[in-house]
Amino acid sequence: MTQPWILMCPPDYYGIEYEINPWMSRSRASDAETTRAQWRALHDVLVSVGAKVSLLEPKQGLPDLVFTANAALIYRQTAVLSRFRHAERQGEEPIDEAWLTAHGFTVRRLPPDIYFEGAGDALFCGDTLFAGYRIRSHARGHQLVGELIGARVIPVELTDDYHYHLDTCFCPIAPDTAIYYPAAFDEYGLQALRAHIPNLIAVEREEARRFACNAVVVGRSVVTNTGCPQLHAALKDRGFEPHETPLDEFVKAGGSAKCLTLRLDGEDAAAWRTAPAAREA
Amino acid sequence: MTHSHPAGKLPTHAKPAAAIAGSFAEEVEIRGHIIDSLILPKILDIITQGGGQFRIKNISIGQARNDPSFALLEVRAETEQRLQEILAVIADHGAVPTNQQDCAVVEADIDGAFPEGFYSTTNQRTEVRAAGHWHEVDLQEMDCGILIGDDGAKPRCIAMTEVRKGDRIVCGHAGVRVIPPVRSSEPHAFEFMNSAVSTEKPKGTAIREIARELIRAHEAGKTLVVGGPAIVHTGSGEHLCRLIRGGYIDKLFAGNALATHDIEQSLFGTSLGVRLDEGISVEAGHEHHLRSINRIRRLGGIRQAVQQGVLKSGIMYECVRHNVDFLLAGSIRDDGPLPDVITDSLVAQQEMRSRIRDVTFCLMIATTLHSVAVGNLLPAWVKVVCVDINPSTVIKLNDRGSSQTIGLVTDVEPFLRALVQDVEEFAGEKRGS
Repeated sequence: MTQPWILMCPPDYYGIEYEINPWMSRSRASDAETTRAQWRALHDVLVSVGAKVSLLEPKQGLPDLVFTANAALIYRQTAVLSRFRHAERQGEEPIDEAWLTAHGFTVRRLPPDIYFEGAGDALFCGDTLFAGYRIRSHARGHQLVGELIGARVIPVELTDDYHYHLDTCFCPIAPDTAIYYPAAFDEYGLQALRAHIPNLIAVEREEARRFACNAVVVGRSVVTNTGCPQLHAALKDRGFEPHETPLDEFVKAGGSAKCLTLRLDGEDAAAWRTAPAAREA
Repeated sequence: MTHSHPAGKLPTHAKPAAAIAGSFAEEVEIRGHIIDSLILPKILDIITQGGGQFRIKNISIGQARNDPSFALLEVRAETEQRLQEILAVIADHGAVPTNQQDCAVVEADIDGAFPEGFYSTTNQRTEVRAAGHWHEVDLQEMDCGILIGDDGAKPRCIAMTEVRKGDRIVCGHAGVRVIPPVRSSEPHAFEFMNSAVSTEKPKGTAIREIARELIRAHEAGKTLVVGGPAIVHTGSGEHLCRLIRGGYIDKLFAGNALATHDIEQSLFGTSLGVRLDEGISVEAGHEHHLRSINRIRRLGGIRQAVQQGVLKSGIMYECVRHNVDFLLAGSIRDDGPLPDVITDSLVAQQEMRSRIRDVTFCLMIATTLHSVAVGNLLPAWVKVVCVDINPSTVIKLNDRGSSQTIGLVTDVEPFLRALVQDVEEFAGEKRGS
């Protein structure tokens, strides 16, 4: 098996410069020094658990470029490029595209009227792509992604503005296991998740707001923000190895561990990662 | 706007198509794993909870695990605004309207003809899309074009002959949709009868239903009778007169023959020279026909004949007395004709067109040409009963493709006799209750 490969972007130009989700407030600025230290600590944890980390060059004026999870959805060598709902982030698209192309990915785009925010809203669990919609991504876009890569897509509506991306309330950690925050979904979404994922670990509100679900999975290691003791206990019970590292400076922008990373070789929970590419287009 | 649904109350909808109501509709499609994700049931729930209704027009379920499914829905609501609200919400869940094009409009380049490629109408309720909104087509009629009027004017059907250079005519099928007949969940008055024509069908029940329909139209609607001369030959004139006197007939469309035979009967007691009471030909009786026409022509018309006391009985007399709006359309073999007959068939057709607009019920009795002519003008939702001894006439009318047309193959006299009896009986019951 190849070494887990993750894309990150140093927070040189990170800051709260606009407000596009309820976490953001320009009156609650981030501290540059703490930011850098927290980002570096996350980077080091990931390296320590066995990941190879590549870096995207930061760019002035694009503070959210640090959140590489939103760059694209990765499926084998295909990267379905994001189209951001908010103009503030649309400037990230050409930079993401250039990096992915330069690193051997075939970049696919969705029609211009469709919003899609990459791995922030589309996560494989087993052979199914679970896709959050309504707040950032279009439900229709997820269907197109499914057609593009030939995968089954289960769109689930996100109903809590604080959990505006699927990766803030749902995190597959193995092909049959996922962490989730039930209150961020409606009854249909919950029923769909429960019908398709055998092991679901529910997170309480307090830990969900600490971005417990915004976890980075590397093998059996699960890295989260601090302040998620119940989840960590549950993970240990199931034989996972939880790690915590403070990420409060990024929580101010509505992001945490997972948002700061893009898994380039396929998430551990994605069945295709270990399956032969028999039907690859 | 979010939708929360109480736990445990998940979709169990399967709206029967028969319950569809609401006059504003849009077709949407949904693709993907809409069953596994519960997106389809969720959208259906949203439609119903939003006060709309749906009909699944087509659905295909993916067979393999990765195969997407597809559903085509018709969404209906009572008002355009409600429909748009529902569509906006379900769009968020991936339901995409299929028909997002305005209709194409081409200006007529000459008088009296459509531009090539014009949209040819049916008699079904039709809507056209202009400036992003659906508009119902007015004066629905088959085999016409659709005229898009100036701002604010409703789109309407227009006959080929009516077209004037510069008229804006709908071309092609994009942005045009035909609304299938609205079926109410309440049993329709005509539902018991299917429209297949048979001489073997029991007629008593059918006639009773027609009688009820006449009474309903009498209370809230307008009844048109399209009649042939056999009404007079067969000695049924008096039955029709009774219906006219009872106020059950609002309009009468016929030809020169019905009026002439009726007037001959009134003036001479014969129809084509035959005494109807005795069934025998009278001396020089064949002349009665022409003498009747001549007498009315000398007086200037049927109305004048009634006013001057010359015409004192019969169908035409009752029409004048009871303000029944009658229209006589001519044909090339007419004797005379009577001065009231419109001899230019295009003018006659135009007149018929303008006078059928408020008709809700149409009874066609013993006439092929006039029945077909009127049948072509009526929109599909007007209930039509066609009675003729000749099955081919009834079949022709049924071929209009309207579920609202009912055919009865029967002799006119017993039909009208039974109909009058039933109408008077039901009306008596109503008064008594």
